[in-house]
Amino acid sequence: MRIKLTTLAAVSVATLVLTSCGSDDGGDGDTGEGAAGDGATGGLAGEGTGDDCVIEGDVAVGAALSLTGAAASYGESQQSGLELAAQHLAEKGGVTYDLTIEDDQTDPRQGITVFEQFVGDDVSVIIGPTLSNGAFQAQPIAQEGGVPVLAISNTASGITAQGDYIFRDSLTEQQVIPQTIATAAQTYGLERVIVMYSNDDAFTESGYEVFAGSLESEGIEVIDTLTFSKADTDFRTLLTEARDTEPDAVVVSGLIEAAIPLVTQARELGIDVPIIGGNGFNNPQLMADAGDAAEGVVVGAAWNSASDNPENVAFLEAYDAEYDAAPDQFAAQAYTGLMLIDYAVRSNCSAERDDIKAALGEIDAVPTVLGEISINDDRDAEHPAVVQVVEDGAFAVLE
Amino acid sequence: MQQLLNGLFIGSIYALFAIGFTLVFGILDRLNLAHPAVFAASAFVGIELVESAGMSIWVAIPLVFVFGALLGLVIERVAFRPLKGRPDAHFAGLISSIALAGMVIALLQWRYGPDTRRFPIGAFPDVRLEVAGAQVTLLQVVILAVSVALMVALTYLVTRSRLGRGMRAIAENPTAARVLGVNVDRVTATTFSISSALGAVAGVLFAMNVNSAQLGMGTAIELKGLAVIIVGGMGSLPGALIGGLALGLAEVFAVQYIGSSWRDVIAFGLLFLILLLRPQGLLGARRVREV
Repeated sequence: MRIKLTTLAAVSVATLVLTSCGSDDGGDGDTGEGAAGDGATGGLAGEGTGDDCVIEGDVAVGAALSLTGAAASYGESQQSGLELAAQHLAEKGGVTYDLTIEDDQTDPRQGITVFEQFVGDDVSVIIGPTLSNGAFQAQPIAQEGGVPVLAISNTASGITAQGDYIFRDSLTEQQVIPQTIATAAQTYGLERVIVMYSNDDAFTESGYEVFAGSLESEGIEVIDTLTFSKADTDFRTLLTEARDTEPDAVVVSGLIEAAIPLVTQARELGIDVPIIGGNGFNNPQLMADAGDAAEGVVVGAAWNSASDNPENVAFLEAYDAEYDAAPDQFAAQAYTGLMLIDYAVRSNCSAERDDIKAALGEIDAVPTVLGEISINDDRDAEHPAVVQVVEDGAFAVLE
Repeated sequence: MQQLLNGLFIGSIYALFAIGFTLVFGILDRLNLAHPAVFAASAFVGIELVESAGMSIWVAIPLVFVFGALLGLVIERVAFRPLKGRPDAHFAGLISSIALAGMVIALLQWRYGPDTRRFPIGAFPDVRLEVAGAQVTLLQVVILAVSVALMVALTYLVTRSRLGRGMRAIAENPTAARVLGVNVDRVTATTFSISSALGAVAGVLFAMNVNSAQLGMGTAIELKGLAVIIVGGMGSLPGALIGGLALGLAEVFAVQYIGSSWRDVIAFGLLFLILLLRPQGLLGARRVREV
């Protein structure tokens, strides 16, 4: 799927592609470091700084999202968030972004193909992919090609450790989960819990490990650990096991597709204790589809939808006006992602790959929808997290 | 107790799905791999009927049954009949049914998109019963009742009715059946139609049971259906019933006594165990091939 920001842009893009093809042919096939990048994406250094920055050429941004397949519901939110951000940036002027969104079909192999295409197409920066699974497979391609990557939803550990071109604006499970467990333990007086997770997904597995670590450091006993597959929909057997041990809470690391039937069936079987979920549970679809069963689900989140910082208030309003729906965290992080890229591009007033890379690393206390973001030495984002509980069909802050 | 019931409910859906599989196999000696696609398609159609047309689930289930029956006719017509004269008809039919399944899934994706779909909240009355200390929903009871009723009706049909006699005659020897005045084409088409109708009801019941329908749901149950008909004995209707329940219970008890990670290992390990000890399946008759 291709989205052109302006029809006018099409012409200049065509020219850009032609010139870049020419310089590629004249240059070398092995796009290792800066030199080849400079030749390929000429005309991307502008004049001025910050809001006054003007770059003549279009800045190509590639996003690899899961628009179909198991993670499609996340991918769609991200698409909405990115497109809204692109609209706002187009209104701002000075720098024109040419955002290309490609579907990786929730398939790591397809993700690799999309990344290869982006690297070859001379995009300045790549956003995505949606799932950590796909990220681990695809990111080395960008790292090798010297293209900065900004992950906007991946929370597994080790994502940014893959190379110095890899950044992310999403909080890791390591940052969110300990806070979730600590708050829940305090609020509900947890002593014994059951842990469930799907063990065939990098995201939920890494979530599980953090849960296990946090439970241990809080001194909470884990009665039993039950595993399932991310494709499972019938959890009654596992939940019956869980119920019979009379836990104080059920801790689950799973994706939303599993979360909805799991929560529904848990309540059906008479499990009334809090269900503490990982990041996958952090989706309004949970309340929409599980209904009353979702009440009492506790989930840590990187984005506080009720936050009253001006960026967030404006984002909520604009999103509602554009899509007539409330955004979720994936949309908020995607929106923030493109905004951070814009900040990075403007701070050096250059959309060269290596200049973006350098600028992303220097992001410090930038006000965004997610709160004030800084990028730390590990290229991970740092900003405040929030613990939420489902009450009356909506997320409320758990205190 | 709760686990026993859990196994029974999921097992009855496996059985209903597998019976459709085994009916075609036992009578026509064809493996219809479009069956899982019928399973998925009917779940989506059932949800559409309830959600968009606002029908009660009680009206939707018979309609899905009819939808499945029609789809069965299409499958027979498109994937099997054109190939029946060929010397490699078994294998060719297997492949063409896989192809047809792929097309059905692609059509579903075009019509409904890639997302998981669910019945609207309140589509089925949320009544909970307590049976011997176990929580049971009315929905689960209905699932079990519908599955058993359909299986009993099918057994009656095959053993007692004229159509059933025709089916059994064809199973024995199609050429001889034709000589004796059985309309082989019509009985074949009817068999496919009944088989798919059962698979369709299984699909909609499964979607209700777990409150979700996904494009891949047929693929997930396909392997289990094949395991069930092997365990039960290829072509044996009561075998498929027992095999389905056995698989459901095996999965449940594997989780309870051994560990959740071992569920599939146990369930499919059972399959190999039975293949080793009793190659014809629990209720299958040993086939004697005469030269």
